Amino acid sequence: MTTVQTAVGPEQTMVLNMGPQHPSTHGVLRVLLELDGEIIVKADVDIGYLHTGIEKTAEALTYSQAITITDRMDYLAPLSNNLAYCLAVEKLLGLEVPKRAQYIRVLLTELTRIGSHLIWLGTHAIDLGAMSVFLYCFREREELLKIFELVSGQRMMTSYFRIGGLALEPPLGWIGRVQNILRTFPSRFDEYEELLTKNRIWLARTQGVGLLNADDAIALGVSGPSLRGSGVDYDVRKYFPYSSYDEFDFKVPVRKEGDCYARYLCRVAEMRESLKIVRQAVEKIPPEGPIKADAPGIVPPQREKMKTEMEALIYHFKIFTEGFAPPAGEVYQRIESPRGELGCFIASDGSPKPYRMKIRAPSFVNLQALEKMVEGKLVADAIASIGTLDIVLGEIDR
Amino acid sequence: MTETSDLEQNPTIAKIRNWRPEAVAGLISFRDELTVVVYREHLRALADFMKSGPDLAFTYLSDVTGMDRFPIEPRFELNYHLLSLSRRDRIGLRVRLSGEDPVVDSVVSVWPTANWHEREIFDLFGVRFEGHPNLKRLLLPDDWEGFPLRKDYPVEGPR
Repeated sequence: MTTVQTAVGPEQTMVLNMGPQHPSTHGVLRVLLELDGEIIVKADVDIGYLHTGIEKTAEALTYSQAITITDRMDYLAPLSNNLAYCLAVEKLLGLEVPKRAQYIRVLLTELTRIGSHLIWLGTHAIDLGAMSVFLYCFREREELLKIFELVSGQRMMTSYFRIGGLALEPPLGWIGRVQNILRTFPSRFDEYEELLTKNRIWLARTQGVGLLNADDAIALGVSGPSLRGSGVDYDVRKYFPYSSYDEFDFKVPVRKEGDCYARYLCRVAEMRESLKIVRQAVEKIPPEGPIKADAPGIVPPQREKMKTEMEALIYHFKIFTEGFAPPAGEVYQRIESPRGELGCFIASDGSPKPYRMKIRAPSFVNLQALEKMVEGKLVADAIASIGTLDIVLGEIDR
Repeated sequence: MTETSDLEQNPTIAKIRNWRPEAVAGLISFRDELTVVVYREHLRALADFMKSGPDLAFTYLSDVTGMDRFPIEPRFELNYHLLSLSRRDRIGLRVRLSGEDPVVDSVVSVWPTANWHEREIFDLFGVRFEGHPNLKRLLLPDDWEGFPLRKDYPVEGPR
């Protein structure tokens, strides 16, 4: 769609208040649109409706307790949040996590990525009028949630990754469930693509809409598929590998067009790549082995040991009453969440509580690009542009 | 936290030292993460240099983090996490600001992404950014009193 030049004074424009309660804002986002007819002259994004002071709350919790509130930021990818936080604390402690736990982390975060992209695809499609894709996506996501429930006991607020490893040994037969997904999902992705990729309405609603060029995207700090749809191949998993990602073979899908359609293709291709990683992880994960680092005083001891060894019992008591105190210093750990670069900054003052925890939420930064994407465009395209950024207000407002 | 002399070997540090030695207040290396402590008068100029200086190309600003060290003075610390996508390199910049006069030059004109980061820090810490195009509260309502992430602001809110 071409950019329409507007040359009217403010007296001829109308301000339209979109949100905060509007289904296509994916939460509680408010956008003040200054309109000239159907053309957006200016878009003013207003956030903060979901601000719950998570960073302040974290300062009052011990390092282990704070894991639970990281789930609640990006509620579509809780395991990615857990991972960013745990990796940051582990970096602070200088703690090495056993390979088996690292592979399981990779496997589960990639399933999280697929689950999150499915929600994105479903809601983006329903925003643009394709109802059935939404239903299919939620059907598949259910399978993923069942796996999360199987390993952690929770569908969404998993808190499954802990400092030094995992919360508990995954149950017998969970790999079988993952293999089930590996078998069924590729054809499901084909199904979505059949419905959308060459659909004329879909093309009309997404091609040339929400344009963002590479320079603007970098200047605005956009990351994740939203950046890769503009032709920049920045992916933290490749640039700064963490959790053994360098041992996996996968591609980073990049498109040059910089429109909603390019970002759609990137995300769909990414889901297929994630399946590839999951397949490799299934092969790599040894059937047995430790899932927690051997770090007395930081990682809770095994149940069995607590019944026979007094030291284990003491450590257990101390971890849950006092917590542990990492050395003073600051670390910044970035991971590739489904939405982009998820950063976790932790400052320690040598006490058992984080002195400061800051989350660099990818949605927060990506949303800044919205103004650039919609100004001079139609209102209907604003809906597509909000959808294509794949925002989660929980992590934007924190 | 260590401040060692072999940090001087780092090419980025050497370039900053060459460019303006008086800008550097200190170097910190912790867990393989390098941070340059900068005097606030030089932050804006250094930001420009980091972005466009020869072979630096720190075009991507990941994050700006505020921190309050109350009651230590200077109490505020801002951390800028920079990335060079072309060289796959990272570095941190840090400025320290006193509680009496928490003002620093905005870097929005260098990295537009800093816009919301700086607004968030203004909102939650009360640090002001000189030259920011739209410095108003971001997350909290406009009429909110106080700055919640300051350490002298209780978790339950003010009484």
